[in-house]
Amino acid sequence: MSAVQNELRAFTEREYQYGFVTEIETDEVPRGLNEDVIRLISSKKNEPEWLLAWRLKAYRHWLTMAEPSWANVVHPPIDYQDIIYYSAPKPKGPGLKSLDEVDPEVRAMFNKLGISLAEQERLSGVAVDAIVDSVSVGTTFKDKLAAVGVIFCSFSEAVRDHPELVREYLGSVVPYSDNKHATLNSAVFTDGSFCYIPKGLRCPMELSTYFRINAADTGQFERTLIIADEGSYVSYLEGCTAPIRDKNQLHAAVVELVALKDAQIKYSTVQNWYPGDAEGRGGIFNFVTKRGKCAGANSKISWTQVETGSAITWKYPSVILQGDNSVGEFYSVALTANRQQADTGTKMIHIGKNTRSTILSKGISAGRGQNTYRGLVKILPGATGARNHTQCDSLLLGDQCGAHTFPYIEVKNPSARVEHEASTSKIGEDQLFYCRQRGIPAEDAVSMIVNGFCREVFKELPMEFAVEAQKLLSVSLEGCVG
Amino acid sequence: MLEIRDLHAKVEGREILRGIDLRVNAGEVHAIMGPNGSGKSTLAQVLAGRDSYQVTAGEVRYEGRDLLTLAPEERAVAGIFLSFQYPVEIPGVGNLYFMRTALNALRLQRGLEAIDAMDFLTLAKEKMKLVEMDPSFVNRSVNEGFSGGEKKRNEILQMAILEPKLAILDETDSGLDIDALRTIAAGVNALRAPDRALLVVTHYQRLLEYIVPDHVHVMVNGRLVASGGKDLALELEKRGYAGFEPQPATPATNATRTAVGARP
Repeated sequence: MSAVQNELRAFTEREYQYGFVTEIETDEVPRGLNEDVIRLISSKKNEPEWLLAWRLKAYRHWLTMAEPSWANVVHPPIDYQDIIYYSAPKPKGPGLKSLDEVDPEVRAMFNKLGISLAEQERLSGVAVDAIVDSVSVGTTFKDKLAAVGVIFCSFSEAVRDHPELVREYLGSVVPYSDNKHATLNSAVFTDGSFCYIPKGLRCPMELSTYFRINAADTGQFERTLIIADEGSYVSYLEGCTAPIRDKNQLHAAVVELVALKDAQIKYSTVQNWYPGDAEGRGGIFNFVTKRGKCAGANSKISWTQVETGSAITWKYPSVILQGDNSVGEFYSVALTANRQQADTGTKMIHIGKNTRSTILSKGISAGRGQNTYRGLVKILPGATGARNHTQCDSLLLGDQCGAHTFPYIEVKNPSARVEHEASTSKIGEDQLFYCRQRGIPAEDAVSMIVNGFCREVFKELPMEFAVEAQKLLSVSLEGCVG
Repeated sequence: MLEIRDLHAKVEGREILRGIDLRVNAGEVHAIMGPNGSGKSTLAQVLAGRDSYQVTAGEVRYEGRDLLTLAPEERAVAGIFLSFQYPVEIPGVGNLYFMRTALNALRLQRGLEAIDAMDFLTLAKEKMKLVEMDPSFVNRSVNEGFSGGEKKRNEILQMAILEPKLAILDETDSGLDIDALRTIAAGVNALRAPDRALLVVTHYQRLLEYIVPDHVHVMVNGRLVASGGKDLALELEKRGYAGFEPQPATPATNATRTAVGARP
């Protein structure tokens, strides 16, 4: 093995820096899944009868569903009875009246993660909903946002305070019966973020949710629901981390976006769940259903994701282009190192006339990582003048990793135009040598080359996130020059 | 500055360099001429430290140090620069950013402070005049979509910015039209200095009309078979490389025979 390969390998075998555990007293439900557990979760949240009924309907349907097996990933069967479905940091007082009452331990945990739960601090342009295990522990800038008509709160609060909105839109994009993981989520979801942007408003700050799994043996099942009313705009960010544990943990989330006429939603994710160790022990199973509906004419939904964590990523942020002239975008960077597996991509469903979609996917495989792009572009008969452009690029670092591309294209309208481009390249010894000859050390050179490869996607991210993503990629690649 | 003694090197098991001896002093310009496959580019790559080239015998001393033990980036820090025959494209990495990263990597290793983006831009613009490079190139990705001539210009621009002590120009003239050749040669000539040595590797005499060497060496079959002043290049132009090969007394032929005979 050449020196370059050794350096490449050293570069991918990296340390996960968010792997700490915080000692917090928790309130948990008994391990395992049955109707009683679902009733217990629902009662803990004082939910209305209709929501419990919806959960139970989902659960009964889930029991009839087979485990999805089409993804290009390998893992032992999930023992659903060995998961704790609800775990919440115990409130210290009678209930959270303001952010000042957030448990200092929890606050310290978020500080350690670089997320501020204080409203006055530097990141004043971003409002955060902080979720630990099964519940939201605090939402910043709620009042300031409420003053302009934006509802930004935990999902549980939304059920309590805005039941009409939740009832109208819950499951309207991802039905409870959608797929095994989404159906499980519908039955047991514990919290999440809710956001409503009123007509004609450009949301004055970035909204974000930070997901933290802390407790052992729990699954995290949260739902995010974002509704952008006519002519509004919102940019939403999502970040996530978890402690280092030997056992796999399940994260099965659902995100639903609804953009009404002339509305725009920009949703950005930097996913950094614990990826497991170099031998593939532990790590998060990130089985997430994310879908947006461009319900009104001229609406736009844009997904940008940087996926560097998780043992397995199974995720296809999609857009249903229902409104005429609506636009869907998907920009993705997925990195798999060590023994990580990712099967990720998107679905663009063109229903309305002159709908347009863009897909740009960058997959990076290192170590023994396996990276799959899976995408569907579907043009329905009514989608006259629909257009899609897809570009999938894969970069291989080393000779033990893999890149796979599964594009599905279904066109039922003759006026549609669909383009697909794909490339696979290996990080060249030529490129590395060129950089090193100029004096740039190998590790910096790999980081620079990989960041260059991802640049088109990074430029879609909000500024602060883009910097974060670049750093994350460098850290994730540390030790994997090969 | 540079002393090469009996250097042998293999690529993919095949011996390409079969005993090179060469001495280069500061301030000198040496040209190495030879036909395709003679080993000129291999010598350039070996000096820069490419690890797919395996040195099997001999030694290279550079400023008194054993050059062959240094990693490519360490050689760069020590002042060695290779202008590539085929400059590499790095998509998505800005040309200016790349050069600043390189310069700062060298500066940090030499105990100097990093240069900031604004100061670097001023420096780069000044050096770009030297090779008459269009300022729009700074915003493009490294060598991506550059024509052959633009790539070579970009190499010499990097040389001007990094200010090496020993610059090795590998077939810098290949793929250039005459105007580009003149510009690039003028850029290189402007970089000639008493404390800087140049090793110019070329197939044709043409480049040497513009970059006039102090010494010319002829490489055939992995050996330097003749050395002389700049007139040797003209002689080569007339006689061709063939004139150097059939002479039974030249060491190259002996070396070839030895090597062939020694092969298992």
